[in-house]
Amino acid sequence: MSPRILGAVAGRVLVQLRRDHRTLAMLLVLPCALITLLWWMFEDTPIFDEVGPALLALFPFIVMFLVTSVTTLRERSGGTLERLLAMPMGKLDFLLGYGVAFGVVAAVQSVLAVGLSVTLLDLDVQGPVWLLTVVAVVDAVLGTALGLFVSAFAQTEFQAVQFMPLIVIPQILLCGLFVPRDQLPDALSVISDLLPLSYAVDAMTTLTTTTETGDVWVDLAVVAAFAVGALALGAATLRRRTP
Amino acid sequence: MVKNAVEIRGLRVVRGDRPVLDQLDVTIGGGVTGLLGPSGCGKSTLMRCLVGVQRVAGGTVSVFGRPAGSRGLRDKVGYVTQAASVYDDLTVAENLHFFARVLGVGSPEVDRVIEEVDLAGQRDRVVGRLSGGQRGRASLAVALLGTPDLLVLDEPTVGLDPVLRVELWALFHRLADAGTAVLVSSHVMDEAERCSRLLLMREGRIIADGTPAEIKEKAGVDDVESAFLAIVREDTA
Repeated sequence: MSPRILGAVAGRVLVQLRRDHRTLAMLLVLPCALITLLWWMFEDTPIFDEVGPALLALFPFIVMFLVTSVTTLRERSGGTLERLLAMPMGKLDFLLGYGVAFGVVAAVQSVLAVGLSVTLLDLDVQGPVWLLTVVAVVDAVLGTALGLFVSAFAQTEFQAVQFMPLIVIPQILLCGLFVPRDQLPDALSVISDLLPLSYAVDAMTTLTTTTETGDVWVDLAVVAAFAVGALALGAATLRRRTP
Repeated sequence: MVKNAVEIRGLRVVRGDRPVLDQLDVTIGGGVTGLLGPSGCGKSTLMRCLVGVQRVAGGTVSVFGRPAGSRGLRDKVGYVTQAASVYDDLTVAENLHFFARVLGVGSPEVDRVIEEVDLAGQRDRVVGRLSGGQRGRASLAVALLGTPDLLVLDEPTVGLDPVLRVELWALFHRLADAGTAVLVSSHVMDEAERCSRLLLMREGRIIADGTPAEIKEKAGVDDVESAFLAIVREDTA
């Protein structure tokens, strides 16, 4: 692994994003708009305080999953990945370069969404607000890692997008947003324990309800471990030699 | 001058259940070597083997005495695929600066290669808005970064106007004279005359190998295209 090459990949991905004003606007404005919509829907009820944190965990995950699966698929089909792998580019340089670039975007996205939630929308946060952003960034890296992984199994961008219902929606259903995780049927509760997004949502919920951060770090470690695992799987799908 | 840049023995590549290359033996030395043959004959596959991105079923491919694609070779071999492998949403200069950082070469190299492929006027334009020929040259410029010892170019002159083609061939010879082994594929036979050595390829095999003059003389004709036909006829007879 080389910091120079990793930095080159991350820098390049960020320049590409900066060029794409529409995607950038969607990445930064959309989460804020959706959180505001949710706040408005549940005006004068305590529900926003309950589901708001989960949403702050969902956005970076979903968005980064989509963006990464499509962009890396483009690298694979456009021949640039083959060219890079014929150069002194390590697989980890490539994957972590993407991870760092989208991690930066996720950090900005989360600062905006979290900032809006705790100021204008009065989301009640007991724990440290900065930790909320850390959770969101790790969550985004997880989305990036899974997106990289599935891009190996898609031939077209159309197929890549369809991995979202397969990989993302079950996690949303079982993460505690609709039914608290301890009230799920036993089998589903076990499955929920195996899905990384559950831990991200737990971490966000804990942060908003207590000032105790011990559990948050444990949840964060679990999400990070999943992200590392997905990156390793992603690296395994990057083949220097292809048929 | 490099004696044998590439040595291939018994190379076999299978795609699906069809052999694309079968028991191929060839060596490639200095100068400009042309790899000619109809599309689908295995030219691109052979080139992919040289840069180490092709999965092979058997045989050995060594480049400068090392197995193709090994770590130490990756900044010594420049490779241009048929499709322009550059980022459409970046400018010419941004693309080159990125690849230069990956290869660990400095900014002066970026300016040099932009001059070499005659894109100085387009350096700050986004690649996606360039013409097909200009995109191809941007892709070629990436392969020239760091002056590789072996340059593998898959149909680099397709779709270029004749003036530009002449200029590019002059560039290939300049690079070869400076010590780079250049392998250029083409399916246009009239480009063959510009090579110092020719490899004629058909259905995964090399059917003729020599200077353009030798090949024409052996077939007893005046141009490479007729020579190719004569050799194929003799080969299948």
